[in-house]
Amino acid sequence: MECVFGLVGNDYAIVVADTSAVHSILVHKSNEDKIMVLDSHKLVAASGEPGDRVQFTEYIQKNVALYQFRNGIPLTTAAAANFTRGELATALRKQNPYQVNVLMAGYDKEIGPSLYYIDYIATLHKVDRGAFGYGSYFCLAMMDRHYHSGMTVEEAIDLVDKCILEIRSRLVVAPPNFVIKIVDKDGAREYAWRESVKPDATA
Amino acid sequence: MARYDRAITVFSPDGHLFQVEYALEAVRKGNAAVGVRGTDTVVLGVEKKSAAKLQDSRSVRKIVNLDNHIALACAGLKADARVLINRARIECQSHRLTVEDPVTVEYITRYIAGLQQKYTQSGGVRPFGLSTLIIGFDPYTGVPSLYQTDPSGTFSAWKANATGRNSNSIREFLEKNYKETHGQETIKLAIRALLEVVESGGKNIEVAVMTKDQGLRQLEEAEIDAIVAEIEAEKAAAEAAKKGPARDA
Repeated sequence: MECVFGLVGNDYAIVVADTSAVHSILVHKSNEDKIMVLDSHKLVAASGEPGDRVQFTEYIQKNVALYQFRNGIPLTTAAAANFTRGELATALRKQNPYQVNVLMAGYDKEIGPSLYYIDYIATLHKVDRGAFGYGSYFCLAMMDRHYHSGMTVEEAIDLVDKCILEIRSRLVVAPPNFVIKIVDKDGAREYAWRESVKPDATA
Repeated sequence: MARYDRAITVFSPDGHLFQVEYALEAVRKGNAAVGVRGTDTVVLGVEKKSAAKLQDSRSVRKIVNLDNHIALACAGLKADARVLINRARIECQSHRLTVEDPVTVEYITRYIAGLQQKYTQSGGVRPFGLSTLIIGFDPYTGVPSLYQTDPSGTFSAWKANATGRNSNSIREFLEKNYKETHGQETIKLAIRALLEVVESGGKNIEVAVMTKDQGLRQLEEAEIDAIVAEIEAEKAAAEAAKKGPARDA
């Protein structure tokens, strides 16, 4: 099952997502990137209904870009998170709501890093650490045990690896591969992959 | 003639749409704007009327970007411009969302021109009173382009063009002096063209440069002043060269 989790450090935020695209018992691909770079300093890790996930995050991304062109200044992470929640809330009581859970991580110059937990029924929480999916049972427990404020990037990645290890060993249908992305003052970028099954071994 | 210039949807007997022509008049009264295309750079320059002392000049930006690789300057009714620019910005993002590709310069020009044309064929509306100069780079081939639209909704590509006040003089200058340039030379050519009709000085012109890699960059007043000084020096040198030999002979 899909696993998405993230945490905030002193001057960075990290989000991790599994990279399996699954349909019933078939794994379509195991290198699906579920963490979208929303703009230069924001990341959106999304899990849920595959069509909705892509459709919704791209829609948010284009509207965030439009805001920047109209106003000459990027949205803050808080504003983007609230906008996202608003869109989920509006669609919720219409014909078909988006079935997407989102962890939005961002870095703002004056505020620093932040992480927002937004679930599919438009709950919004600003958090230090958050997780979605079956993996959340294990990730939240691991993060509660090992997380402390002011962790360095290395310590945080170590904690991420601990979480991934728990997921791999304790979840019955554990996804094999994960992608880790980080956002800090220098922007949002991919940090690393954790692969236990190399996709496209024949390619 | 008076009977045929009220409604936009009425042709005059000799085939004119007077409202559209009057809109072009509004453009001719607007501030001068010039665009020059180089091999790796495209430049837009706009005349800035002297800023009122109490006005915050940063809030009056005449050259705007529609997307990372497209920019627009215009001459005419600025309030109409806001509407067109907003619609174009939305279209740029909408295009990216539906086809996962940035717009080409031609596409967005055609879109803006199409909008302007729509308002020449409806009842109860008036045309947009502005002509636009649109610059940008093709997102895949990296080829620079410059396009112009006008209130009638026609558009075409140009190597260099001007619109607004005294655009004829600027265009004449460009026709005489245009050559393929790149980088700083393109910027100089645009400023030289604009200086034909505008009082020289960094605070009277707004210049923006677009390159493939760095997108749109607005030039600072100091930079513009420096280039203007260079141009004046070159002009003075050319004058001196003309006069010098004649005196010796």
